[in-house]
Amino acid sequence: MTEFYVFVSGPLAWIAWGFFIIGSIYRLVSMYALAKAKDGSSLAYMSLPYSLRSILNWLIPFNTMGWKSDPLMTVATFLFHIGFLLVAVFLGAHAVLWDTAFGISIPSLPGGFGDAVSFVVIAACAVFAYRRLALPHVKGVTRPKDWFSLILVALPFVTGVLAYHQVGPVLLMTTLHVLAGELLLALIPFTRLSHALFALLTRSYMGSEFGAVRHAKDW
Amino acid sequence: MSRIADRKVADPGLANGVASLTPEKIEKVVNQVLKGETGAKLKVYQETCMRCGLCSQGCHFYMSHDFDPSYSPVNKATETMYELMNKKGKVTPDQIYLMAQMAFTECNLCKRCAHYCPIGIDTGYIMSMVRRICYMLDVVPQYIRDTSHSHASTMNQMWVKDDEWIDSLQWQEDEARDEFPDLRIPLDKEGADVYYSVIAPEPKFRTQLIYQAAAIMHAAGVDYTMPSEPGWDNSDMCMFVGDYENMGRLKRAHFESAQKLRVKRIVMGECGHAFRSVYDMGNRWLGYKNSPVPIVHAIEFYWELIQQGKIKITHKYEKPVTIQDPCNVMRGRGLMDKLREVVHFLCEEVVEMIPNREHNYCCCAGGGVINCGPPFKNTRMEGNRIKAEQLKATGVHDVVIPCHNCHGGLEDIIGYYDLGMHGKFIGDIIYELMEKPEL
Repeated sequence: MTEFYVFVSGPLAWIAWGFFIIGSIYRLVSMYALAKAKDGSSLAYMSLPYSLRSILNWLIPFNTMGWKSDPLMTVATFLFHIGFLLVAVFLGAHAVLWDTAFGISIPSLPGGFGDAVSFVVIAACAVFAYRRLALPHVKGVTRPKDWFSLILVALPFVTGVLAYHQVGPVLLMTTLHVLAGELLLALIPFTRLSHALFALLTRSYMGSEFGAVRHAKDW
Repeated sequence: MSRIADRKVADPGLANGVASLTPEKIEKVVNQVLKGETGAKLKVYQETCMRCGLCSQGCHFYMSHDFDPSYSPVNKATETMYELMNKKGKVTPDQIYLMAQMAFTECNLCKRCAHYCPIGIDTGYIMSMVRRICYMLDVVPQYIRDTSHSHASTMNQMWVKDDEWIDSLQWQEDEARDEFPDLRIPLDKEGADVYYSVIAPEPKFRTQLIYQAAAIMHAAGVDYTMPSEPGWDNSDMCMFVGDYENMGRLKRAHFESAQKLRVKRIVMGECGHAFRSVYDMGNRWLGYKNSPVPIVHAIEFYWELIQQGKIKITHKYEKPVTIQDPCNVMRGRGLMDKLREVVHFLCEEVVEMIPNREHNYCCCAGGGVINCGPPFKNTRMEGNRIKAEQLKATGVHDVVIPCHNCHGGLEDIIGYYDLGMHGKFIGDIIYELMEKPEL
């Protein structure tokens, strides 16, 4: 088991990072090439100031028509995304990994706080699941892909919390947690989670189109 | 959740088109359009749309059908374009019928849902590309197909013959000279400041609008002209049908007709979709980032005339009015402040609809939906109850509507829901209030 843990947290981690980094670069570069070849009439209007205007306005909770229309979703998605980034990057144990693997030392979250944020993220995932099960306008368009990506992001948090609180065999839980994290990392470029790569660009395009051409708000 | 299959509407254009389809032809055409005409934009939209459903409340169809998810923008994209992409065009002719009905008659391409999508997905664009595929398959509702045929054959929307166009202008000029003895409608005047362009329904059945525009131009002393040759019609139903080849022909003819007369700019009447065709779709098809001739919408033109003190009114319109914000000039050009300044200049009291400005609900006629004709009138009436409620809540009887499509759509809704209201163009009000010579 210990050997397996060493493999998972060693070579496999590098493979996951490889998938994530090379996969992301591949997706972004090939998508840009396709956009250049086929979407010239959209690319021509890209504008940095209007992109930023749009992104900033959508970063403010309840500032847009979309955020106002569904308060539960708005609260859940903001907490989820902020919590996800905080825990993934700044959790105490993760900060140690940054240091040992990459030699980067970063500030880390206090243990109790990181734990609480993890619970918040899991609760937000539960809200997403509830919406997919109970709200007709979400349920109707939900496909296995959507469940897969939701499970993919929830798993590292669930296993992480279990490992942290020492529920079940600690080594097994920790191994599962690392595995879940690696799976998530490796699959970001190739699943619905690729919105992490593309959402800023689609937002920017809409912002540019509305700002520079349409002279109207896109929020 | 209702299903599109349960609300199938009989239409000869759709039925005849589907009758000649084979699965092989569908597959070939779908992939030809997807590979040839779409790219990263559509691919990214399909991939990153998280199916969160936030766009739903942006759609007047969804709101008017008691939150029926079948009408949410994401569902419409899922049942049409995303299905075509996932199946790589392997769908049945009957599915194409339903997709065409959804894309042509249950989405006005108004883009209101853009204000609701956190990721910035343009469902209007997605549905336009579904229409493009349906057009390439020759599955298009009969009435709008006829309109686009008219465009293709006559370069105007209403089968107006070349001599009838000139006759209509001269007829209005003649009529107007009873009231304004020196009034002219100058044809083909080279180097004029303003080239005034209208849509073909004006000479066909809203001829008084040409009369009124001539009266306003005359009173304001504008150096203007109207073209005698094809190119005069700025409307563009080919754009909504998905016949982009003819959309390009129309816009080229329009721009070139203005360039030939070496005018300073084009001023267009109170129309929304025609504006979309010159700044958004037609110009881009031709490779122009912006229109090659400056184009000013009537709202902005009237605003300028008012700023310059060239419009003199005898009194303000006394009855309270509300304002319809047309999607193509609000979400399309941000003219909401100018529109309000114009209306407040002309009217004593304005009661705003809520929501308004770029967040206003669509009229449900635009995007070519009203042009799909009588078979789909109920789709529009039932699909825009929310607008009827919005109008009723203002408690006023007059609606200022600076767009032809919005006019048609709102007048229908007002009748259907018995609201006892009446729509007015800005031109109607200016003409009514302006100082006229004493005879």
